[in-house]
Amino acid sequence: MSGATDSLVVLGGIAKQFGAVRALAGVDLTILPGEVLAVVGHNGAGKSTLMQVLIGTLAPDTGSIAVAGRDETAGYDVRRAHALGIRCVFQELSLCPNLRVFENVRILHHGLMGFGWPRRARRLVRAALDEIFPGHGIDADAVVGDLSIGQRQMVEIARAFTVTDQPVRLVILDEPTSSLGARAAEQLLRFTRRAAGRGISCIFISHRLREVLEHTDRVVVMRDGQVVARDRAADLTEALLVERMGVMADAAHAASTRANGAGADLPVRVDIQPTAGGTIRLIARAGEVVGLAGLDGHGQRDTLLQAFAAPRGGGPGARVDGSVAYVSGDRPREGVFPLWSIGRNVTIGLLRRLSRGGFLSPQAESATADEWRLRVKVRTPDMNNPILSLSGGNQQKVLIARAFACGADILLLDDPMRGVDVGTKQELFEDIRAEADAGKCVLLYTTETQELQHCDRVYVFYRGAITEEIARAALTEDRVLRASFGQTDDTGQHSGGRADAA
Amino acid sequence: MNRRWLDANPWVWSLIGAVLVWGLTVASVEGRGGMETLSTALGFATFYVIVGIGQMLVISAGPGNIDLSIPSVMMLSGYLSMGVMHAQDAGLVLGVLVALGVGLGAGIANVVLIRGLNIPPMIATLAAGFVMQSMTIAYSRGSTAKPAPLLLQFSLARVLGVPVIALLFLAVAGVVAFVLARSSFGRSVLAIGQNARAAYLAGVRIPRTMAAVYLVSSVLASVAGLLLAAYSGGASLNMAEDFLLMSIAVVVLGGTAISGGQATVAGVWSASLFLYLIVTMLNVLGVGAGLRYVITGLIIIGVLAVSKSRPA
Repeated sequence: MSGATDSLVVLGGIAKQFGAVRALAGVDLTILPGEVLAVVGHNGAGKSTLMQVLIGTLAPDTGSIAVAGRDETAGYDVRRAHALGIRCVFQELSLCPNLRVFENVRILHHGLMGFGWPRRARRLVRAALDEIFPGHGIDADAVVGDLSIGQRQMVEIARAFTVTDQPVRLVILDEPTSSLGARAAEQLLRFTRRAAGRGISCIFISHRLREVLEHTDRVVVMRDGQVVARDRAADLTEALLVERMGVMADAAHAASTRANGAGADLPVRVDIQPTAGGTIRLIARAGEVVGLAGLDGHGQRDTLLQAFAAPRGGGPGARVDGSVAYVSGDRPREGVFPLWSIGRNVTIGLLRRLSRGGFLSPQAESATADEWRLRVKVRTPDMNNPILSLSGGNQQKVLIARAFACGADILLLDDPMRGVDVGTKQELFEDIRAEADAGKCVLLYTTETQELQHCDRVYVFYRGAITEEIARAALTEDRVLRASFGQTDDTGQHSGGRADAA
Repeated sequence: MNRRWLDANPWVWSLIGAVLVWGLTVASVEGRGGMETLSTALGFATFYVIVGIGQMLVISAGPGNIDLSIPSVMMLSGYLSMGVMHAQDAGLVLGVLVALGVGLGAGIANVVLIRGLNIPPMIATLAAGFVMQSMTIAYSRGSTAKPAPLLLQFSLARVLGVPVIALLFLAVAGVVAFVLARSSFGRSVLAIGQNARAAYLAGVRIPRTMAAVYLVSSVLASVAGLLLAAYSGGASLNMAEDFLLMSIAVVVLGGTAISGGQATVAGVWSASLFLYLIVTMLNVLGVGAGLRYVITGLIIIGVLAVSKSRPA
């Protein structure tokens, strides 16, 4: 840590306490110019808190901050951090959805003023998008709210790398690839390498360990508010990294899929014709976990929403037999009730079940909350704490608990593991498998090909239709990827679950 | 009282305000009639409370939701119910039914405009209110608008100096608070108010909840119209003119979140008392009507500024 006069940023002994929770317990971190640094760790390990200190949105209780050899501890805030060239791409997207893409660029760059700023802003964001995500297909005049989550994330990332009057020296990418499709994620990772060549450092927070190992120089592992390991990425393996994070490495394939052929006689729960037509219908039976794959925004979410709306009024081409519950990975917009406690965020899904004579029984409510705290291991001492006191991954556990608790026959999971760490993810997939074994029907949409191995069958979507159905045994990353771009195996035509069930 | 407790119980601000204003008023007349002032205030404040509870439910259902038809519903309800009573006790039941009918009808009209035709609530309720106001003006020509004697007695009745209607709506407020905290309906309203999209995906039945909220607001307004017409000895065209501002002011001053999702029933009561006592105080001090409105407005702004400011 010493003698780091040529370091870009030196954080020394950063500590931060939130009430009884010690979020950071004296963290030292050095970032060199032109370095791609990974920060990994469980949800709640303190990664996001540390980054908030770095970008100046959170003042540490103690500790020092030096940038480019100068002590900046006093008066360090967002404005100062930005002036020093420190930018952040947030996990929860921070664009204004009501504004256009180029207008969002203006928000970051106060220097874009006077006559003709829209033209300059458009040019800036187009250039950045073209450089980072060639073939992105995003219009600089599009209203952000009309873009898919993946596209918004691209805009957010591109914006962070645009330069006007203030330099870019360090860009923090907090979980950037979790809402990007595979191709855009790859493009971003290649770009960070090029940016590093130009002297721009990147901090990369990710739960995708393979990405971390392949695309970063150095890996810092955090656990319980402390840095527990620092290694060169080249010296690490995935198993080693998982061990440092404190997760059992042998859990990786623990949640097996169901025995082959056992599901054919179980009742069909969902039978849907995707909106853009096509010859393949999505069919899911009780006891199955069915994956919806493909690039982000190709009709998977619409299909889930179609299934969700079907029982109350019926959608065209959708037959859904049973009650449904929906879990969205977009927590702030589609999941969390921010003014409520953790417990109330669970029980909103099962109000009718908890009612005694038309009113909620407080005993039943808190008993249910505590039961689910234990079952999905929510990291909190008390379910009466506000939901926003939890880290993103723990909030997601709460939302999944809500769906499990309501006892629906069909679980619709819309990219539910967004921003959830490896250990938590493993636990949640085990829970999902247990629900399926108990007779639930699970539809899982995910942009992470690795998560598809938890499915019994996978439907790949392309332009609103299903291009291919792949059984678990025949699932390969390559095949999913090809089908995601509309290329199918001709031999795939014989697979089951076609329109013959209609 | 620490800060956190105050944040969780925002109605305390207006209660403190009410006590201060009451104290000032009593002091300005050398301590005479303190209890009488309070008793009168309880009676008048009840009318703010009745409509305030409805408005609170509507506002709690999320951004954009507001009921601006309240004063018109009160007027129409007051006139029609007094009209069918003909100042006879025999007409009492019919009069009450007519008032409730006006409330239900207005509520249904609001719901159809807002949910059915997708008109923003601000415009929809304002337009519906305008129609009802015009109907009232047309109807009011040449009609006698006096309450049944029994209703008049009921509206003025007191137990140990406390107006019966105040006790009644203290109980109603308690029931509403309980319903918000402990019923499926209450939780649904607050969930929709915080995050309507998340509520939909969590299986909350949005259409029926929203319909119920607007219906309750209109029915409460019609009851307020009925009772106020009786209390004032007859309906008049200007009897509800304060109630547009007041119905919203008591909700916001009471600590209900204007952005929705969080309701404070106790605050509706304390803010209603506070606002009525301000009017009383200004009357006692001999302030003219015009200046009274200005001062009332400034006080509302002042209280909001104090209660909303957070230490850095």
